[in-house]
Amino acid sequence: MATVKIPPVLRPAVSGKSEVEVEGATVGEVLNGLAGRHPETRGQLFADDGELNRFVNIYVNDEDVRVQQGLETGVASGDTVVILPAMAGGGACASAP
Amino acid sequence: MLEARPLREPRKCCPDVIGAIGDTPLVELKRLSPKEGVRLFAKLEFYSPTGSVKDRVAKSMMERAEAEGAIQPGQRVIEPTSGNTGISLALICRLKGYPFTAVMPENVTEERTAMLRMHGAEIVYSEGAKGSNGAVEMALDMAERDPSLYMPYQYGNPANPDAHYYGTAQEIIDDLGDVTAFVAGLGTGGTLMGNGRRLKEHDPGTKIVAAEPLQGEDVQGLRSLDDGFIPPIIDISVLDRKILVSNRDGIIWTRKLFEEEGIFAGVSSGAIASVAVRIANELDEGNVVFLVADDGNKYLSAGLWTKSIDELEAIDSTVWW
Repeated sequence: MATVKIPPVLRPAVSGKSEVEVEGATVGEVLNGLAGRHPETRGQLFADDGELNRFVNIYVNDEDVRVQQGLETGVASGDTVVILPAMAGGGACASAP
Repeated sequence: MLEARPLREPRKCCPDVIGAIGDTPLVELKRLSPKEGVRLFAKLEFYSPTGSVKDRVAKSMMERAEAEGAIQPGQRVIEPTSGNTGISLALICRLKGYPFTAVMPENVTEERTAMLRMHGAEIVYSEGAKGSNGAVEMALDMAERDPSLYMPYQYGNPANPDAHYYGTAQEIIDDLGDVTAFVAGLGTGGTLMGNGRRLKEHDPGTKIVAAEPLQGEDVQGLRSLDDGFIPPIIDISVLDRKILVSNRDGIIWTRKLFEEEGIFAGVSSGAIASVAVRIANELDEGNVVFLVADDGNKYLSAGLWTKSIDELEAIDSTVWW
């Protein structure tokens, strides 16, 4: 069982939850498991060809799966799968709310 | 009566402060290196006229625009920038005679705004809740509507990575030779793409590692994932690892850099140092180089070195880098 961290932008699609427990041995299995339970997430997580939406970054614990094996990246029990939107960086911004 | 001394050409003199950009020191960090066989080096980009790595990028973009005739004398320059790039462009534009407009989120720190105004920059604020995506969107829109503006656009301009390909990476190779792993922050992608390509040409085995800020939820500010943004200059295939760093870890390591090695760096550098030490721990031997993008001055008002971690307000809802 992996813990999936849901970003604010996706929470309306998972009844407002910030994290969800999902079974799966790979990132693809975990995300498909999430989309199976919360169908509104599918169109946001995946592109039409079944690959990851290009504006979604997925991390197993703290490492991006796109520079690992993508959806085939292994997930162990107790791992955290983090979903984050792609954001513009490059500022060294130091802005406060 | 005094006699005029003959004029002599200086052996090594920059024609102006723009010429002092680059050739920054590479410094070994023996106190932070976790293993005897692994050497840790920091490339100190705060040894640059405005104190950040963005001087290289701004210089490269403006000089290429001039060389290609893409900008006319006196033309206004506009750029979405939440800080360092704006300050670098403000300096370079002032010396070269171009008026400059920075578009940035309305909630940046006072030091940023003050330095930009000192250099005569005009500031246009974008909605704070939309973060840097909002500034990019607004600047692109302004440049599209007003053709008299020239936008270097660091997110999409090949002169950004080229500043590192021809500059930073070459300096590292000249100073050190073999680089086992290179670690830098992922923002526009310019530092990682330019250094990554050049270092891998020199040695295909060099690992290129991106450290990425874990943005707080308050600053994500997107209505839909499709409002996301990927800088066009990023080619992810150059990267071997891409690692998220929390603001808390970034701050802890920013302090370690200062307390143990005497390096007064900005928060991104602490985050990058934490990843560099982690990579060093995974190696048996070799050279790990990381890039220190700016110094700590711009972060003094936040109390990073004077308050305890728990006293710092809004660690996670602040965009530190």
